[in-house]
Amino acid sequence: MTSDTTTIEVRRLSPTASTIAITGDITSGTEPALMDAYARASDDATRSILLDFSALDYMNSGGIGLLVTLLVRVQRQNQHLFAFGLTEHYRQIFELTRLDDAIGIYDTEAAALERAVGLDGA
Amino acid sequence: MTTETSQPSGTPPEETPTPAPKTSNWAAPVARLEVGTVPTNALNLNVAGRRLAGPVQGFGQLWQKTYRVALSDADVTPEVVIRTWKEHFGEFWPKGNRFYGSLTSLEPGEVAVLNLAMPGKMTLSTGVLVIYADDESFAFMTPEGHQFAAWITFSAYRDDPAAVIQVQSLMRASDPLYELSMPIVGHRMEDRFWAATLQALAARFGDPGATVDMQRVCVDRRRQWRYAGNIRENAAIRTTLYRLTHPRAWFHHEGNG
Repeated sequence: MTSDTTTIEVRRLSPTASTIAITGDITSGTEPALMDAYARASDDATRSILLDFSALDYMNSGGIGLLVTLLVRVQRQNQHLFAFGLTEHYRQIFELTRLDDAIGIYDTEAAALERAVGLDGA
Repeated sequence: MTTETSQPSGTPPEETPTPAPKTSNWAAPVARLEVGTVPTNALNLNVAGRRLAGPVQGFGQLWQKTYRVALSDADVTPEVVIRTWKEHFGEFWPKGNRFYGSLTSLEPGEVAVLNLAMPGKMTLSTGVLVIYADDESFAFMTPEGHQFAAWITFSAYRDDPAAVIQVQSLMRASDPLYELSMPIVGHRMEDRFWAATLQALAARFGDPGATVDMQRVCVDRRRQWRYAGNIRENAAIRTTLYRLTHPRAWFHHEGNG
């Protein structure tokens, strides 16, 4: 359960939206790095967090649990969580675990951001 | 646009070979569960046709519960522990509970029927899907109607000099009735169940007196009222109604000794 094969980058897209880009693996050991990234991605104005999985190498069941923990924190702040860049395999895992009920999945960052902006204006 | 990078301490990524995709470790998506052949003495209710329900779909507070036992035999490897656990999963369960799964080894995509002992000599029929399995861990997800909308991960790892065996569940009570029972019996039953299971597994590896460490963290105190209707699928109610309307089932089912 190490997190030494993971790099997490935060990109501020707009005053209300940030992307957390994950490179490498997501396991339960990734928790400190992911939660640190979320803390940097989120402030009082943030309404949407986008997860960029385009460079995801591997995710195990601990990683899926970690995403639920992140989802809870995001919802507690009345924010929305989106994902993009998932391979077909990991899309299927989101479908299997029914994470896609709560995390909107999009092909691209632009598509996810468009939805996020739409929710801001709703 | 501003960019910040966080990299956990350890080996820089450029020095780390990219692992090959481990796609076969996960089950394929399933819309509704299908149950294979189960023994005739099994009470097979509340599984076939049900959808899976994880922590996102549950009603109650979100809990992360971790149960751990450290083996005193330093020579036991995590791979051996997990292989043994997968091959004999139900044998380590407490008396009165039955796991009707694979006769060989648990594999991703496999559906198992569970007959769980409940207070008042009642039996609850439910199930699980094996959603993930590798050499050092495997994980279950529960169907609608199960007490918990949960993912449960079983793993083993080295914490020198010992091997540590762990059960970790991320769960919400599925509906308001189960949630009501959590502080009364729900948590206590689950804690006893997994502690007894880990002690039995530790005994298999020559450590019958092993102490199980438990941690319970409330990840989300809020209840998800939009899932209150899950009570329609409540497996405890449905099992009870079935047994009341099928008296022969009282004699048909065999407990675990």
